[in-house]
Amino acid sequence: MQFFLEVLIGGLLSGVLYALVALGFVLIFKASGVFNFAQGAMVFFAALTFVGFQEVLPGWTGLEEGGSAVFWLAFALALVSMIILGILTEKIVLRPLVNQPHITLFMATIGLSYLIEGIAQGVWGANVRGLDLGIEDVPVEWLMESSNILVSKFDLVAAGIAGVLVASLALLFQYTKIGRALRAVADDHQAALSIGIPLQHIWVIVWGVAGFVALIAGMIWGARNGVQFALTYTALKALPVLILGGFTSVPGAIVGGLIIGASEKLAEVYVGPFVGGGIESWFPYVLALLFLLVRPEGLFGEKHIDRV
Amino acid sequence: MNTAPTSAASTASATAPYLSVNNVEVIYDHVILVLKGVSLQVPKGGIVALLGANGAGKSTTLKSISNLLRAERGDVTKGSIDFKGARIDQMTPNDLVKRGVIQVMEGRHCFGHLTIEENLLTGAYTRSCSRAEIKRSLDLVYTYFSRLKTRRSSQAGYTSGGEQQMCAIGRAIMANPEMVLLDEPSMGLAPQIVEEIFEIVKDLNSKEQVSFLLAEQNTMVALRYADFGYILENGRIVMEGEAKELATNEDVKEFYLGLGGEGRKSFREVKHYRRRKRWLS
Ligand SMILES: Nc1ncnc2c1ncn2[C@@H]1O[C@H](COP(=O)(O)OP(=O)(O)O)[C@@H](O)[C@H]1O
Ligand SMILES: [Mg+2]
Repeated sequence: MQFFLEVLIGGLLSGVLYALVALGFVLIFKASGVFNFAQGAMVFFAALTFVGFQEVLPGWTGLEEGGSAVFWLAFALALVSMIILGILTEKIVLRPLVNQPHITLFMATIGLSYLIEGIAQGVWGANVRGLDLGIEDVPVEWLMESSNILVSKFDLVAAGIAGVLVASLALLFQYTKIGRALRAVADDHQAALSIGIPLQHIWVIVWGVAGFVALIAGMIWGARNGVQFALTYTALKALPVLILGGFTSVPGAIVGGLIIGASEKLAEVYVGPFVGGGIESWFPYVLALLFLLVRPEGLFGEKHIDRV
Repeated sequence: MNTAPTSAASTASATAPYLSVNNVEVIYDHVILVLKGVSLQVPKGGIVALLGANGAGKSTTLKSISNLLRAERGDVTKGSIDFKGARIDQMTPNDLVKRGVIQVMEGRHCFGHLTIEENLLTGAYTRSCSRAEIKRSLDLVYTYFSRLKTRRSSQAGYTSGGEQQMCAIGRAIMANPEMVLLDEPSMGLAPQIVEEIFEIVKDLNSKEQVSFLLAEQNTMVALRYADFGYILENGRIVMEGEAKELATNEDVKEFYLGLGGEGRKSFREVKHYRRRKRWLS
């Protein structure tokens, strides 16, 4: 029982990150109808850019290597890079494709995904790098003492950061003027245009947010597994999350993320031994596929309101 | 030219027209010619009706003013559009809304998943004013559309057609406009709801000094509330005049009010209108 709890908690904590990345997808999908396949590549790009700046900044500025000044400066530069990447994507790739069928836009983001990976590796090189956030991967003591459950401090902090972001995005979406405009554009972009909401601004905002989300997720995953190409695939776990939660639903992304996180860890531990292990990488997709058969609109997929 | 409306409201603006559409041609997709030189004026404080059958080009005319054409691959290829003495035909909808020109689209287009109140609030997106001021606008909209107040927290997609039409007009009013381009507000609504909506439009016009350009197929109702009317056919204005005169005009009666004996013919087949047209041009 105690072991089960440990696995479950570890899974839920990693699920918060899936939820965060999935939220980046949902925002772009709702506001512009683009299914952004490049989100995974953006996570990789962000982590690599952060680490890259961390490497070169001491040489450029004379700041102490590994110090907090370099850390925050690299973070700020990586964030700016992500926002610029988002804006460029919107302007160069998507704006010319406005009014094209969804599949065209989807194909464009697949192409974009390779482009982003290429640029990232071209600029920063292809070798695997470590990333240190300064959070130790040790069991949380008070939990271990009080209930004898091992939960990694790193996982807890990471989930905390991601959780705060998820909550602020959800609140922003629901209660602010920008959030309302985003939802309006998602519902009916012609009507949004007619009342003077500039669609381009909205798109730039969602791509900027997606870039920010990618940076946070990239840093956390990069710190855990190293900054490498595989980050792209980790981030694409957001796909089964979306199938589970519904592509247009903010609560769906959150709940879906938690379910995928927990179930893949539980499956790995309890089912894995019977099939030779390593099922963590494909189990979410199978789960999503099964789910697709039962409830194609997802747990929280928005119903079309057909009444006119 | 004898085109300027001569109602009381227009005398003040006789020197500088308020909204004027001058000989505008519109082409969709680079090949489909839809408007073939449309000219019309709206005086400050007026309600002008743009009448005509389905497909005549009413919506296209309104969209050329609000510049929603661009999003539908339509282009103004000739002519000009002026509002308060400035050319507006190259402006974005965002600029235009800030300048006070806003369109209420045909088919209402409320944001279905947003509540009525959220819909109204999105209308104030372009305004950079205090919360208190927006609250005041919201209260104003609720005083005109009291039905909306009772439905304020319902999802717009689940409200009735009449409520959605009110929501769409109210949302435009939240932008604090001077000139509303209102496209087919009566579409698909029961007669008493249509009456209710037009009464509110008239009220907004007289009490809040909002001018209206009103596209309608429902000629009879539109002419009762408008000061002046234009009749559009196949992308051309074929007739214009004081609303009262149009309402009593035999040809209008015959072709648009269904009061004539035979079926609907084209205006261009009417001899005396042709004569009048020659005299006009
Ligand atoms: N986006 C478009 N692309 C091509 N043709 C269009 C488009 N919108 C309207 N039309 C055509 O323009 C003509 C006028 O349409 P519209 O302005 O909607 O008329 P109305 O509002 O008077 O019913 C119609 O023949 C219609 O088929
Ligand atoms: Mg129309």
